[in-house]
Formats: sequence, structure tokens, C-alpha cells
Amino acid sequence: MKQQCDKCDREAEVHEIDPIQGTAIHLCREHAQAAGFDVPSATPMANVLGGLGSMQVQITTERRGPSACPGCGLEFARFRKTGLLGCPKCYDTFAAQLESIIPRSQNGADAHVGHVAQRSSDIVDRQARRRSILAELERAVAAEQYERAARLRDQLQTLGSEPGESA
Amino acid sequence: MKLPSHGPWMDTFGEHGDVVVSSRARLARNLTDFPFVNRADEAQHAEILQFVRSLPLCEQSDWRWIELADLDRRERRLLLERHLVSQEFIERDVPRAVGIGHADRLSVMVNEEDHLRMQALVPGCDLAEAWRLVASVDGRLEQVADLAVHPRWGYLTACPTNVGTAVRFSVMAHLPALRLTNEVERLKRAAIALDVAVRGFYGEGSDSSGEFYQLSNQVTLGLSEVDLLEKFSTEIVPRIVAYERMAREMLLDRNRLGLEDRIHRALGLLRSARLLTTEEAMKNLSRLRLGTVVGLLDEVDLATIHRLFLAVQPAHLLQEHPDLVATAGSSERNGEDVRIRERRASIVRSALA
Repeated sequence: MKQQCDKCDREAEVHEIDPIQGTAIHLCREHAQAAGFDVPSATPMANVLGGLGSMQVQITTERRGPSACPGCGLEFARFRKTGLLGCPKCYDTFAAQLESIIPRSQNGADAHVGHVAQRSSDIVDRQARRRSILAELERAVAAEQYERAARLRDQLQTLGSEPGESA
Repeated sequence: MKLPSHGPWMDTFGEHGDVVVSSRARLARNLTDFPFVNRADEAQHAEILQFVRSLPLCEQSDWRWIELADLDRRERRLLLERHLVSQEFIERDVPRAVGIGHADRLSVMVNEEDHLRMQALVPGCDLAEAWRLVASVDGRLEQVADLAVHPRWGYLTACPTNVGTAVRFSVMAHLPALRLTNEVERLKRAAIALDVAVRGFYGEGSDSSGEFYQLSNQVTLGLSEVDLLEKFSTEIVPRIVAYERMAREMLLDRNRLGLEDRIHRALGLLRSARLLTTEEAMKNLSRLRLGTVVGLLDEVDLATIHRLFLAVQPAHLLQEHPDLVATAGSSERNGEDVRIRERRASIVRSALA
């Protein structure tokens, strides 16, 4: 029997094991692309086998994004196997994949609303501030506003490096 | 016959005490400056351990640190039987330690899956008290350590299913009637829909010894700690308690004599057996507990049964009877030594005489 897509009536072409839940995911081409899988364009072989009806076609897929974390060297493939991330930075490195993985295990929730440690909330504020200055800096450089860019760079230096980065 | 909505056991053991024997709140925390435990090397594990041990996490005079490396297998098992550490914690030889205090209600595991796993375990159904205790340690921790927090995901954990508040509330529930009526599988299916995990007596990967089940919240993100506590205490726990009570009523209604027979056979067995395994003792003590809380058995009190649940555990037995320790080591491959099973039976017999 053909495996149906988890989200619609079409035939699933991507079959994966969710490393967190330990459950199987089956998605059609369209929903797989929407969920961030790189689905290769239809291969003639897949069409031939698909035509046979009784056989399932396994398409090797790869999630978008970097394959190893610069913070700890963890490869995403290993995370899939163990279900464990390697360091706080992994959450940024694999942001694109975690974006869909985390809410699935959290009843759809996609942001923290509870307590944040005072010291850590300073860090979180600093991270947010740093990101907005970086964005401004890029715009300043693009617009060739070099004096403004220099001021922004000084502001970044005062904020210090991001936690988790090697100092 | 219908069970009264308020049984005599409640007076001694508080609300839901006929079903819930203990309540736990657990927080996972990681330091910003280190990889998570699974990616850290041995030197980093040692550094994390040394740093956490140096922190003023608890002011109680009974607060102490126990290094895993200093413990033999039996002593490690003793911590597990007290529910102070997890199975995972005692199994791997990473540099690890556990801080224990507040009359053993509070424990902080270092280098388990996360840098810190802090838990408070209190008797009866009192999740608010467990939360108050563990939150007080967290308050001290955040004053002195930089914790891994993400602007969007909240507290970061090695396993991304724990992010956000990184808090787990759980209760240890005694569900003998659901087991006897074959309703446990249905409970497990219903639990999935409620985002509740159902685990065994010693948590993840353990079985339901003595018909005890650990029930905990799965969702840690998108609700505040207080909302999660409120939801678990007022929506989840009462439902599970009501389900078990319904099964007890059904057993009494449909087959009171059969139930009475089972309970008194269990008492007969425990009062007569000359050899007892832990499993057999737990199973039959569970029947006694059921008999006592539904009013079919009045000659054994709950406190004695609860004391025996712990006393029949292998490490506790050896702790109280050090003369058996040499025996225990020599025969592990062929199952438990006959002298240990004999001693267990004799302890149970004299407690129930």
C-alpha cells in the first residue's frame, strides 16, 4: 500500500524518522518542501518505481542549513541519531531545522513566555541589541556611510562578544 | 457499593493521597560557557562539576555533595531507590555529583543530560511545594552563574524537547485498579492526547514496579512555569486520580468478593512466604495498599506499607543488613542470592505480623 502524506491525501515521497519523537514522518513533495526538506526534482527512476504501485520509493533528503555547528562541531546527522544538541550555539546553527522540530514536540508552541534569569535576560537584551546594530551596520556599509558604520562598530565593541563565542 | 468521595486515608495523606504518593518538580539548566554534557570532554566535565560545587545553592545545614566516583554499585542504587537521582545518572562514568539537602527533598544532579538537573520531591500531592523548593535553588543559581538562555526558546537544554521553562512536574501515582481492569493502555493513549508522559517507578525506561506510574508534563514551552503548574495540578492530576478511583469503584461494584480475595491472598502470601523477590514483594504490597485505601483491609496501616515499599528494594535491604553485602556481590549473575530473598521475606513477615 502506498504511504499517504501526513498532511494531505497525496502519496508521501519523503519518509523520515523524527529524532525527537521517534515517530515516522511521511510527506508529499509539496509539504516536504514547505517543511524545509531539499527534495530533488522528480527522478525518472522514482517515476518508474512509483508506477509499479506496490513499492515505496525512498528519496534521500537533506535539510537546509549548515551541516556542523561552529560552536561544538556537532553534525546535524548525529543530532538526528541521538536527539541531543551539543551546545547553546547549536540552537542558532540549526535554527531552520529546529524551527519545525521544536513546536512539534511542544503542542505547537514556538516561543518561551516564562521566567528568564536576571543575569541571562541582560544577555538576551544584549544579543537582541547586537543583532539590530549588525543589521544597521550592514545597511550603513551598503549605503557607503562609512562614518556611521565606524560609530556602529564602536558600539558593537562596547557590547562585547556574544556568550558562547570563544572570547 | 459506591466509594465515598472522601475516604479516611485523605485525612492522613492529603488531597488525592489515595492515588498520589509523591510530587516532584524538576528544572534543567545549562551554563553558557561549556558545551552540553554529551559534547564536553572529560576536562570540561570536571570543570563544570568543580564550578557548580562551589556555588551557594542551598543554605540548609544538611546540604552535601556526593561524588558518583566515590560510590560503589550498591550505594549508587540506593540514591536511585530514594529517587534522588535518575537511572541515567548512575549508569555512565562521567565526572558527576549530586547535591542533596532539605531533608533529602532536594537534589541537584551535575552532568546528567544537562549541566544541572535540580529537583524537589515531596510526599503526597503537593506540586506547589515541590515547585517552591526547586525555584528557590534556581533563584540562587541565577545570581551566581551565567545560564544558557535564548531570546526565543528560553532556557536551552541538550534535548530540544525540554526548552522554554525546562520544567517538568510529575506525580508518582499508584494505579492498581487501572492495572487490574486492564485500563493502563487506555490511560497511556489518553495521556498522549493530554501531553502527559507515563513512565515507570524509576522514571524513564523503568517498569511500573508496585503498580506505580510516574506521570509528567511533556510541554515545557509556550506557558509560564506557574501556568504549567496550574494546568498540571488542576487539570491533569485530578483526571488521573478520578480515573483510578472510577476503576476502584467498578471493581468494588462488580466483584467486591473477588477483590477482597486478591487483597487477603496478598496479605497471606506476604505473611507466610519464606523467600521473596523485590518484584513479588512490590506486587503484593501494592494489593495491600489498594485494600487499605478502599477500606477492605484495616489491619495494616499505610505508613507500614509505604515503609516496606522502600525496605524491600535491593540496595535498601543491604543498607540495613550489611552482613548480606558479601553475598550480594558474589551471585549477581545467577539472580539474587537466596539469603537476600530469605531476609526480605522475614522483614516483611515481621512488619505484617
